[in-house]
Amino acid sequence: MAKVKGAIVINIERCKGCEVCVDVCPESVIAMNKNVNTKGYHYAMVTNEDCTGCTNCAVVCPDGVITVYRVKVPTEVV
Amino acid sequence: MAVITREDIIKPENLVYKRTSLLVDCALSYCPGCGHGTAHRMLMEVIEEMGIQSKTIGVAPVGCSVLAYEFLDIDVQQAAHGRAPALATAIKRLMPEKYVFTYQGDGDLAAIGTCETIHACNRGENFVIIFINNGIYGMTGGQMAPTTLPGMKASTCPYGRDTEIMGNPLKITELVATLPGTCYVTRQSVHTPGNVRKTKRALRKAFEYSYAKKGLSFVEIVSNCNSGWKMTPVQSNKWMEENMFPFFPLGDIKVPAAE
Ligand code: SF4
Ligand code: SF4
Repeated sequence: MAKVKGAIVINIERCKGCEVCVDVCPESVIAMNKNVNTKGYHYAMVTNEDCTGCTNCAVVCPDGVITVYRVKVPTEVV
Repeated sequence: MAVITREDIIKPENLVYKRTSLLVDCALSYCPGCGHGTAHRMLMEVIEEMGIQSKTIGVAPVGCSVLAYEFLDIDVQQAAHGRAPALATAIKRLMPEKYVFTYQGDGDLAAIGTCETIHACNRGENFVIIFINNGIYGMTGGQMAPTTLPGMKASTCPYGRDTEIMGNPLKITELVATLPGTCYVTRQSVHTPGNVRKTKRALRKAFEYSYAKKGLSFVEIVSNCNSGWKMTPVQSNKWMEENMFPFFPLGDIKVPAAE
């Protein structure tokens, strides 16, 4: 048995703060930062470590600003 | 337990998704949350996966996506308003070895370009039409479009579209499906991960069928225009599901006979 662990990288300067990614994340990983980028948009940020690397957020992001990484974690490693 | 940090995960060998390099590395001109960006990305992912970057010629419309040629890293020609299918006809006939597509919005395709759209479909030209339907003229300030729903508000019908005086919305996709020249006619959307993936599969089939000289492939993508609809992007996607999809149902309308 192995479980997966993911991580996303958000290009905050290209994020337009639309929040579409927030809505589709099954792990509630993403929220909007109260700060803004140089374009004045509240940008998306990672809030926890529950990402599974499912790519939902990256696939729906209209501006394609999310990159997703994923690794298999052997559960025997305790 | 061995702790796996973010740094352990973010390594090139663990990459599972990134923006395709066939989309030019610049900010798209679309409003936050607009489906055009996602449609562009799926189109370029298909072109990348098929390995046809140097064999594809697109035709950009007039409308919000008028700047598509700035974003798509392939050869793109800009057409006069509504005339993209006429231009694509010429390109495909002169260069039959190329994959050719048009990318058009509802105003471009279903109002000023109705004639070009219908006749290219009827002639069975071997290219792909990608039709973004958001039921409004986004770029010019949210006027009523041919596909604006009954009762839907726009700047030129502020009390909602009254079909008594403004006529009915045009289901041009169903219309072109009745023409013998079309081989594949489908309606998709790009507002959820599942729908985005389906759209990508539809685009791939469209390119394959038309390249195989089966006729014209027509892919409608029902999309949001949150600025024109005066909603947040998330609200507009929900509104689209509740109001657009009953009138413009998703799915294949026509598939080639062999399927
Ligand atoms: S990859 Fe999946 S789990 Fe991770 S942040 Fe994106 S939507 Fe959430
Ligand atoms: S979907 Fe993309 S542009 Fe929109 S908030 Fe998320 S990361 Fe930013």
